[in-house]
Amino acid sequence: MTRPGQGTPVLATCALILLCAILLSGAPPEKHLTVYSVAANYSLPLVQREGRSYVGLLELLEPLGKVSAKAEGVRWRLHYNNVEGDFLLGKTRARVQGRDADLVGRFLLENSRGLVPVAALASLLPRFLGGPVTVHEESGRLFIGSTATHFTASLSAENPPRLVFHFTAPVNPTVATEPGALRMTFSREPLVAPASPTLTFGSRVIPSAIYSESNGAAVVTVNASIPVMATFSSDGRTIAISSTSTPTAAAAQNINPSEPGTTTVPGQPTPAGPINPPPAAPAGRRYFAVVDASHGGDDHGETLSNTLLEKDLTVALARSLRQELVSRGIPTLVLRDSDANLSLDQRAIFANADHAAIYIALHAASNGHGVRVYTAMLPYDGDDRGAFRAWTTAQHTSLSLSQSAASAVTAEFQRRQIPVRTLTAPLRPLNNVTGAAIAVEVAPQGSDSSQLTAPDYQQLVTSAVATAIAATRDQLGAAQ
Amino acid sequence: MIPRHLVIAMAVLLVAVLGLSIYALHVRRTVAATPVASTDTRPLGPPIAGPTERVTLYVAHDDDGTLRAESALIPLPSGRQQRAEELLRALLSLYLDKSSPHVLGPGADIRSVFLVDPGVAVIDLNSAFADTHRSGVLVEDLTVASLIHTISTNTPGILKVKILVDGKERDTLAGHADLSSFYDVTAVNQLATQLQPVQ
Repeated sequence: MTRPGQGTPVLATCALILLCAILLSGAPPEKHLTVYSVAANYSLPLVQREGRSYVGLLELLEPLGKVSAKAEGVRWRLHYNNVEGDFLLGKTRARVQGRDADLVGRFLLENSRGLVPVAALASLLPRFLGGPVTVHEESGRLFIGSTATHFTASLSAENPPRLVFHFTAPVNPTVATEPGALRMTFSREPLVAPASPTLTFGSRVIPSAIYSESNGAAVVTVNASIPVMATFSSDGRTIAISSTSTPTAAAAQNINPSEPGTTTVPGQPTPAGPINPPPAAPAGRRYFAVVDASHGGDDHGETLSNTLLEKDLTVALARSLRQELVSRGIPTLVLRDSDANLSLDQRAIFANADHAAIYIALHAASNGHGVRVYTAMLPYDGDDRGAFRAWTTAQHTSLSLSQSAASAVTAEFQRRQIPVRTLTAPLRPLNNVTGAAIAVEVAPQGSDSSQLTAPDYQQLVTSAVATAIAATRDQLGAAQ
Repeated sequence: MIPRHLVIAMAVLLVAVLGLSIYALHVRRTVAATPVASTDTRPLGPPIAGPTERVTLYVAHDDDGTLRAESALIPLPSGRQQRAEELLRALLSLYLDKSSPHVLGPGADIRSVFLVDPGVAVIDLNSAFADTHRSGVLVEDLTVASLIHTISTNTPGILKVKILVDGKERDTLAGHADLSSFYDVTAVNQLATQLQPVQ
């Protein structure tokens, strides 16, 4: 029997939980600042203070170079490479290299973390970086240097028509559909607006496309009166929007075998067919493979000849490998596509943050013959602490998977009669990567090191690696 | 009038000066054309006191990228730490030899080796060792495996090894081999097995 008033606390608790759920579901999404630079593209959370968006300055500069900060009472000192900044809590001006810099709003210090308004970055960052930056304050996008991906759109005269986007650099947007529209969200690509944000095509089937930016991403919305889908080709530089009923759309196939390098992302449910779906990717994975052109910037690697440095050759190999992987339907990210400084920690962080199924570091050498495939030699120290994995031995749980991948790559080289060896090496950041990780060191087949620059030889090597990765795709993808 | 004997003496002296000048010029040219031998900057130590023992050195060979066991007779002191140092110096002398199978830069040396219980060895290289070391994953792998496998095989009880350069921690040996952590002797022994020449 229930006494009067006994059910009141239960009801009150339920009401409180319901109220919290309503409030949380209605909370605005966390705002982000996406940073695009030659060295890296990354995203940082923004905090709202005093009616402005603020960002942590140390976190912002960390992926770009050597940075350190020290809080002393109300004073916060920041060192970025050789530049020194001096900030005072609550002040709207700072000293950078002995000169005043306007912060637009007050400088904030929270738990020794220096926060500056996003609006101040346009004037503040060039003092540290020594180059121009462009800030899209409203949409939370920051472009450092001349990093921008432009695009054009043209409608073909086919029936039904196809809308073809051409990009100046490879892109890999998230594609979503809703009735009457297909939306492509570019979170990592430094996509910039065309001359007019609204593109009209004079077609009743695909009348327009609209460019917009919000919360650290660029969005291109294609309005269509019929169900459409996006088809990727040309190494991610071209996206065609076409009807799902178009015979050429290779419906229900993720990879179009007749057109190497083409990856299709259906925008609408597609009819069933002979599908061999890839393993489900974990949340957050955008790229299956991360290819790392080792060295770069001040780190030249080996001097292979009077005119050839290892850091330059690895970029060429990385580009070639990306092409080979993408042509096999494997989404691939090249970590260094220019002569940028990228620390070993940064390389591992990018691979881990993206939950890539495999990380492939590329090296080149003038000594020895053929190719060497390495897996990590783990150091002695580095015990996991509870749920936290030790950084120096983060590779531990994936080592057998890495060895499987290395074996597959080795077998493919042997099949192509390229001299190959499989070894372990104390080679960072292999030991810091949480997924499968291998390194491939390419040496000439004979004594002539000029063979390293021969496109035929580079393609022979990278196609062997790509073939092996494609063959072990299910195993690698299922492991994570 | 100048006496005859003085004229003769002057003539002889002039001929001697001319001859010496020509000889000096010739010597100068010869010296300029002769390559200067590289200076060995290794410190001179007292001769090692102790009985000669047979040890196994694991020698890197660049031509085929292997690590080969080679027997050597070297005088070894009685102290465990000094023995470890002498082992590595014997290995290094092979690498600094004219017919070296794994060339190290001039002046490369082991500053010291410390054995710390339980099971820790610290190898302190000099800066010339690292600064002049050739860059490459395999070539650095060979050096590390050679040093650690030699010391751990001949000095029982070593579980982990740290490599320092001039007494300080360094990121890599020459751009590839990681020196920031302790090497697991078991893992290095496995690498040494992988590096054995194919029979």
